[in-house]
Amino acid sequence: MKNPQDLKYAKTDEWVKVEGNTATIGVSDYAQSQLSDIVYLEFLVEPDDEIKKGASIVTLESVKAAADVSSPVSGRVVALNDSLSDEFESINTDPFGKAWMVKVELSDPSEMDGLMSADEYSAFCDDREH
Amino acid sequence: MVEATIFEISSPGRIGVKYPESDVPSFELPAELERRHLPLPEVAELDVVRHFTRLSKLNYSIDSGFYPLGSCTMKYNPRINEVTARLSGFAKTHPLQPVDTVQGNLALMYELQEWLAEISGFSAITLQPAAGAQGEYTGVLIIRAYHKDRGDTKRTKMIIPDSAHGTNPASSSMSGFDVVHCATNEHGNIDLDSLRAVCDDTTAGLMLTNPNTLGLFEQGISEVIEIVHQAGGLVYGDGANLNALLGITRPGDLGIDIMHFNLHKTFSTPHGGGGPGSGPVGVASHLVDFLPCPVVGILEPASGDFPPFYGFVEPAKSIGRMKAFYGHFGMVIRAYTYISMYGKHGLREIAEGAVLNANYLMALVNKHYKVAYPRICMHEFVVEGHWPNAPEVIALDVSKRLMDYNFHPPTNYFPLIVPEALMIEPTETENKETLELFADALIKISDEAVNNPQLLKDAPHNTPIGRLDEVKAAKDLVLCCWIPEKEN
Repeated sequence: MKNPQDLKYAKTDEWVKVEGNTATIGVSDYAQSQLSDIVYLEFLVEPDDEIKKGASIVTLESVKAAADVSSPVSGRVVALNDSLSDEFESINTDPFGKAWMVKVELSDPSEMDGLMSADEYSAFCDDREH
Repeated sequence: MVEATIFEISSPGRIGVKYPESDVPSFELPAELERRHLPLPEVAELDVVRHFTRLSKLNYSIDSGFYPLGSCTMKYNPRINEVTARLSGFAKTHPLQPVDTVQGNLALMYELQEWLAEISGFSAITLQPAAGAQGEYTGVLIIRAYHKDRGDTKRTKMIIPDSAHGTNPASSSMSGFDVVHCATNEHGNIDLDSLRAVCDDTTAGLMLTNPNTLGLFEQGISEVIEIVHQAGGLVYGDGANLNALLGITRPGDLGIDIMHFNLHKTFSTPHGGGGPGSGPVGVASHLVDFLPCPVVGILEPASGDFPPFYGFVEPAKSIGRMKAFYGHFGMVIRAYTYISMYGKHGLREIAEGAVLNANYLMALVNKHYKVAYPRICMHEFVVEGHWPNAPEVIALDVSKRLMDYNFHPPTNYFPLIVPEALMIEPTETENKETLELFADALIKISDEAVNNPQLLKDAPHNTPIGRLDEVKAAKDLVLCCWIPEKEN
């Protein structure tokens, strides 16, 4: 699966999509393929929580491992993707679409500058594969 | 063949045990305690014996074969441990007996405390924690109590390397600390710059496993400890991998402040279904007052022909009890026996054998499997269970196929920093032929992965039940125990 060009990527394998002042966060295709089949998901934040960059927002569990998803940006949580709690298999099948996790209202839009472009992130993943 | 459950072989009216006629007056139970239905299996004695004998034959244990489960130290559990643990003077004591009637038990506990202290270079030991993870939790609570006692309450961060055991962050989190990760460098050691970057006056401590979960000795250990101590933090040593160090180096001498032991790994008490575990904790001199209570002490020193009088003492600033009574005493006896059988010099041979076996096995397979960090390992090593010319095959398939060769699979997918990790720990109790047979199986599987990948995908073939659907098993939980119906 290609990493969409309109997203930014963190070294910890989250993607961020900014529309206006709202950032949508999910995990990349690379992350889901490393974890393999997701069997459990738990949100660690609630709407209106103020979170800092690096804060854990979601815990994922697969047949291989458990992993925390951390927020690449700071701000206020405005929405959770509740539908994921029932059908977390979409994290494996549609990580960049249906499986968005949390929306955050950015408190410091300049944090986006520290994230990678799709091409940079693809190279970063290739590096780790070899 | 799949073995039916005991409930499935039940047949109405079949009886296993006949009770004699009651020779005491009958007693009416209060109505609210009476059950009308109790769906227990109805089977004959022979049905029960055959059922459980067949089940026992399906079990895989260290007594039946090689068990190279990385970081678990599945060494042979010597039978003499079982003999001593069953001596009636030990086996028939009760934890509530007055201390003057159990002086032998207390003497054994006291001596094991002393021995573990000498082996590890710590000042004092508690035998109380029930197993490794509770030992960690005990250690982290001691770190918290130490900082709090000094009024240093801003230390809220626990640093944990990305190669650490998964229980380390859990123990820290349970104790109220924020977990901060630090990275591993290209040689498999803690990245010192990454460590320096997270060390400051909010650092409570570092949880360190040495050798780490890559099976590598932390080459910068002195600097690592120095950096944490300079920042005012304490260093917790995860003793899961102590087997590699016995008699060679002592964690206390390296500057580690606290460490737990796994008696069920290093000191050969049974585990993996045969437990329980046992996770004593050792501390350096500045932490002795914080140990859980009670610990065994000498209340009156020996005089003339009289041995010392042992009893329980409470450390001055104790974090309190971690467990009812005094730890898993049966395991304490077994570990004491094990250490007695080896003696001081024998302990060093354990570590040397464990390291030699791991390196021999690594050398046998390293042309066929990518070794994650190719350098001399300690007691275990990590390879990657995938190949560029076998794109479909993953580490799980290798593990499943190993079962067809009658071996227990190694630890899968851990540590997390190695892709498709297979973590292999042979232990010192295996002979050269066993290691070679296992290496042959691994090499054959690496060949099958390329030439017949479907064979691996469908494995295991020779087990009573084939490949299980792990996703379904984790997601569709079906509670199948009997739940009493509420009767009116």
